[in-house]
Amino acid sequence: MTDQALLSVEDVSVDLPTPRGNLRAVDRVDLKIGAGRTLGIVGESGCGKTMLSRAILQLLPKKANLSGRVMFDGQDLVRLDPERLRKLRGRSLAVVFQDPMTSLNPVLTIGTQLVETLQEHLELDGNVAKRRSVELLAAVGIPAPEQRLTQYPHQLSGGMRQRVAIAIALSCEPKLLIADEPTTALDVTIQAQILDLLAREQRRRHMAMILITHDLGVVAGRTDEVAVMYAGRVVERAPTSALFKKMRMPYTEALLAAIPKIDAAPHTTLPAISGRPPDPTRPIQGCSFSPRCRYAAGQCYREKPLLAAAESPDHQYACFHPIEITTDVDA
Amino acid sequence: MMQDIQPSLSRDPLLKVEDLVVEYAVGGKTIHAVSGVSLQVARGETLGLVGESGCGKSTLGRAVLQLRRAVSGRVLFDGQDLTAMQGDTLRQMRRRVQLIFQDPIASLNPRRRIGDIIAEPLVISGVKDPEKRQELVCEVLSAVGLDPSLVIGRLPHEFSGGQCQRICIARALVLNPEFIICDEPVSALDVSIRAQILNLLEDMKARFGLTLLFIAHDLAVVKAVSDRVAVMYLGRLCEVGPSEQLFARPAHPYTALLIEAIPVPDPEVRPAESVPVGEPPSPISPPSGCRFRTRCPRADQRCINEVPELRAVAPEQFAACHHPLIAAD
Repeated sequence: MTDQALLSVEDVSVDLPTPRGNLRAVDRVDLKIGAGRTLGIVGESGCGKTMLSRAILQLLPKKANLSGRVMFDGQDLVRLDPERLRKLRGRSLAVVFQDPMTSLNPVLTIGTQLVETLQEHLELDGNVAKRRSVELLAAVGIPAPEQRLTQYPHQLSGGMRQRVAIAIALSCEPKLLIADEPTTALDVTIQAQILDLLAREQRRRHMAMILITHDLGVVAGRTDEVAVMYAGRVVERAPTSALFKKMRMPYTEALLAAIPKIDAAPHTTLPAISGRPPDPTRPIQGCSFSPRCRYAAGQCYREKPLLAAAESPDHQYACFHPIEITTDVDA
Repeated sequence: MMQDIQPSLSRDPLLKVEDLVVEYAVGGKTIHAVSGVSLQVARGETLGLVGESGCGKSTLGRAVLQLRRAVSGRVLFDGQDLTAMQGDTLRQMRRRVQLIFQDPIASLNPRRRIGDIIAEPLVISGVKDPEKRQELVCEVLSAVGLDPSLVIGRLPHEFSGGQCQRICIARALVLNPEFIICDEPVSALDVSIRAQILNLLEDMKARFGLTLLFIAHDLAVVKAVSDRVAVMYLGRLCEVGPSEQLFARPAHPYTALLIEAIPVPDPEVRPAESVPVGEPPSPISPPSGCRFRTRCPRADQRCINEVPELRAVAPEQFAACHHPLIAAD
């Protein structure tokens, strides 16, 4: 990475005490994202992707234990005092959650929520803030924005609510937007619209974006880089095009293969991944994916593979038996 | 007389839905959930039913089972009209039709043991011998890939989502039904588990000679298991046709929009800048004429005035559109 990273997650682990023992939700993750870049974090439920985003935002549950550093724009968010952190969040570090109903206040109008954000962070006066709000709602594709200002979240559809949440997130021109499964709760046609909207605004504002999803299809055309997570760890990381061209980690490959393809014939048996993800309160000694991996052998059950560079330095994977690349020199 | 618009007439229809209308009253308003849907499912076939949330696909599934009574129309199962049945006769028929829901954990009683949950349908249908019940329970549990000895005595919370869905499938199979309605059976599951459950459903279908109505919003998932696919929008059927044909050459603009919107897991395929087509209108006051017209790039005056009927656009493929993307030769 040539330029200075905007966000750099350094050796971050998150532990949560549970009645069944310690749960390691995020296990020694290192990630970087440069200004204006997009990073996709992909994984199944329970892989730690949401906990990682909460660790970046410093919005972890109170009893959670975080170690490592989260460097954002030259400051370590883990050690930042609460007041400065609060100023940073919403201003230069914004987030869009899966369910817009949980991020919008149900008893305040859309207008109040937008104007409040603008006044708080940008110290605009009432009229200017209101004008900006209308512009923002129009920018995220909300028809009749003036009228929407007086409406409450429950009067809008799911897709419209998500647009409002995005408008609020974008309102202070953040440097980094974290979108945590922003379209999972939405229908497929609305999903496409929202993803296009995020991509358009990201480019236009030269804002960095982390797109968290369980769907490899969502990150494929819309990110510069992808990190695949499994059982709290990043198991493969690469520029998006390189990753889809040659996946090295068997889990990534299996995850892609398990998605039903629209161009496959009906009744084609899907290559399912047997078993299920490990119980995070019962850590596995070796590679966490080994019990489900068809390439696993001796060493995989004893030792945890570390994330290491493949043939190019920006493609990394954590595997002892990576998928061999059939060299395509003259067939 | 309604025209016979359904394909596979040469085959034996196990389920025939005729001009079904289902409405809900909510706060003095009427929700037009299903407005005149006709379809058939041939014996041994899987019919996929797709559409976005609120299109009425789940209501249709429930109305087939008479869990929601229709305002008008008929549901013929094996030649008998379920809408005319009551009480015991209906209960007898329901043994032959089972339902699997989206949320596998919520569909299992958290306080009962798995063995009892699966035996319950047998108790209700009058299998009195406990040993016989036990035997049948073990049989279906093995069939869905669970070890009966490890599962029977445990409670639902001890299982993952994927395992709970296996248990739900076992419960649906225990009465040896002919027809299963799967209502978004894999939507709540992770990708890796989803493939397991889809494969299991296919296996069970072959093994027990089942006929399936597979309801889902994910077109790729529907295509993976269906022989034919029916597309619903705002309470009406837009298009019906053989899966492969429908995906290769959609006739209805809505089908085309749905296919285009699927994210493709390949960075080489640039996502098509989606046309800003808005959102589905409310089923309380659906648009006149074609219900899709408010989002349709091809809509004109005729679409406002006239409700399009399902018409053949290709062999076995039918679309309800005044301006289909493909036309009958």
